[in-house]
Amino acid sequence: MRNTNHCQNCSAHNIGNLVKLGINMENFDYVIALAGNPNTGKSTVFNKLTGLRQHTGNWPGKTVARAEGGYIFSEKRYKIVDLPGTYSLLSTSSDEEVARNFILFGQPDVTVIVADATRLERNLNLVLQILEITNRAVLCLNLIDEADRNNIKVDERILSKELGIPVVPTAARQGTGMDMLLNFIHQVATGKYVCKPHRITADFPAVKNAVNRLSKKISETYLNLPNARWIALRLLEGDQRVIDAVRNNELQDLVSERSFPKDPSDGKEQNLNISDVLEPVV
Amino acid sequence: MNEKITQKGYSIIAEANMLRWEVGENFHDALMESIYADAQKIADKAVVMLGAEKKFGFDQTLDKIVTSKWLGFPLMFLTLAVVFWITIEGSNVPSSMLAALLVDTFHPALKTFAVNVSLPWWLSGVLIDGAYLAMAWVVAVMLPPMAIFFPLFTLLEDFGYLPRVAFNMDGLYRKVGAHGKQALTMSMGFGCNAAGVISTRIIDSPRERIIAIITNNFSLCNGRWPTQILIATIFIGAAFPAYLAGIISALAVVGIALLGIFFSLVTSWGLSKTILKGEASVFSLELPPYRPPRILQTLYTSLIDRTIFVLWRAVVFALPAGVVIWLVANIHIGDLSLAQHFISWSNPFGLLLGLNGVILLAYIIAVPANEIVIPTILMLTVMTLGIVDVSAGTGVMFELESEMLTKEILVAGGWTTLTGISLMLFSLLHNPCSTTLYTIYKETGSIKWTTVSALLPIAIGFAVCFFVTQIWRLIA
Repeated sequence: MRNTNHCQNCSAHNIGNLVKLGINMENFDYVIALAGNPNTGKSTVFNKLTGLRQHTGNWPGKTVARAEGGYIFSEKRYKIVDLPGTYSLLSTSSDEEVARNFILFGQPDVTVIVADATRLERNLNLVLQILEITNRAVLCLNLIDEADRNNIKVDERILSKELGIPVVPTAARQGTGMDMLLNFIHQVATGKYVCKPHRITADFPAVKNAVNRLSKKISETYLNLPNARWIALRLLEGDQRVIDAVRNNELQDLVSERSFPKDPSDGKEQNLNISDVLEPVV
Repeated sequence: MNEKITQKGYSIIAEANMLRWEVGENFHDALMESIYADAQKIADKAVVMLGAEKKFGFDQTLDKIVTSKWLGFPLMFLTLAVVFWITIEGSNVPSSMLAALLVDTFHPALKTFAVNVSLPWWLSGVLIDGAYLAMAWVVAVMLPPMAIFFPLFTLLEDFGYLPRVAFNMDGLYRKVGAHGKQALTMSMGFGCNAAGVISTRIIDSPRERIIAIITNNFSLCNGRWPTQILIATIFIGAAFPAYLAGIISALAVVGIALLGIFFSLVTSWGLSKTILKGEASVFSLELPPYRPPRILQTLYTSLIDRTIFVLWRAVVFALPAGVVIWLVANIHIGDLSLAQHFISWSNPFGLLLGLNGVILLAYIIAVPANEIVIPTILMLTVMTLGIVDVSAGTGVMFELESEMLTKEILVAGGWTTLTGISLMLFSLLHNPCSTTLYTIYKETGSIKWTTVSALLPIAIGFAVCFFVTQIWRLIA
């Protein structure tokens, strides 16, 4: 580490340091979740990062369960989880449940949201919902080549400013932009990049008071909870899974895990119990 | 401490329940609206459209054609027919070459080797006439059609055609009281029924999901395409002049696939009117953009993901099945082997359905994998009926082209065109393979629905084969 020169800080240098680990995910330092609308190329991004060949297909709903893989980047071991594509995190089909439960209860260190650059507005609906739950995310603006072909131009700097998270234009099928993506994941995971996620403006009069009261009470009970307001919104809507999580102390467990900063150097595997969270819902 | 937190948790829930009255019924909608409003605001700032009117021009034109009211279905049939025609025409030659190599050359060589090292007859029987020969049949009969069909199918998938098929089918599924997304899970089942069953997770209503699970078996899967293609070629195509044979066979396979869709619709309708009553729910289906398929990558993934996968599965199941076949053909009770006992006992029943005892026994042995049905039938026919002494490697018949050889064995076993047609029908309408059944059990968690999924198709299969046979015999 002594001979820090400019090359080593450059993303072009770092892509050379990517080690694809396939399904080897032992002793990982960080967990990455891959979320997004259906058919935006999540599985393609997943394959590019892990070297796995998860079957990809040009149609929505191809990944219904989750796939996991690993890679090493800048001397850190990453475990990456490919979630089913969903349009929202609000409704109740079991694939949406899988995605939401993982982002909320699986506590990924970074959530990479893959969005279709040609259909940005609709994709943003999910992006905004995810940003309500987590404050560590990277937007992978995929299919940028298709957007170019269709004369759609997306200004990633404006987008990044509006959303408060890093935005990386990519064309995962061709492998374009993967180095930037890896770099930003790394920066968010290690805390070098601090996200200031956009929060939905939900201050219609009848609701504002209720949400504020409830979220205040929630954050007083569970210190350090990053998404008290979202929990409040879900409780007000009567979301059974979230009500259960409050009832059986799951939320408290999340907070206690979070309050100990992760120290990857001790090599201890984190006790995430991902399989418990993701047991297929029938 | 924990107890305190739990208490606080309960008080949070209590407060939420109280406040829910305050926020009113429109809360959910208002929240969604504000999400949409924010999304629109951000997108407006970040996205610039240049020449917006030209946007997706090609996609839209193509979509208008392939999902149009009049052309949608005919185009679908035509596409399928072309894919099968290429498969059938293309797999003739490599199939006969593989048969010549694996069955004509290696098998006698292995037998000679076994004699030279004085292997006990039963061991050489189990290993070489059982396990090896079953595997050789699987490779020779199934590899060429798979190596052509799967890449073509994957290219269609990669291009984005499957969601259009689903789009065409969606209205039909809703009319029969099932979920429109069932059209997607059905398309998935054309690859593998176990995968199709897992893919029903995209359906939110449990009622519609169970309908989709039970009827997924009516989508012809990887393991059954080669059976259909082979039997159509040798029993239906062969009845026509050579220049028509390929096209007629392809149409016959398309016909069976369509019949599968028909039964999937009828069964869904029956289920939603009886034991799974309810209204169809609404959903939106997104048509993804067409993407130029990446030919090389498609070839690679379809070879690895499908061809090798299916072939490997077939070989893995063929090896023990070969042993079982050899054993039932060689363990004798009285004068007859076990297989002969079962075959002569079940033959009258089989004939009622246009099938025969060999086919029924083959379907029992091949429960683990549909892929090995044809090889099992061939081996049982050869071994139990003593038509040709394969074990001695006389090889006279094996110099013929492999498909003709297959036909000669089957004709010698008493097969007619009717047997071929009945087998194609029964291959479509019978119980799912054991992997799919296990998946159904895992997904539904219910013995009852697993049993229904297993027995319903068999019952339909028996009924259809019975009626077709009786009508055929009346006419012929």
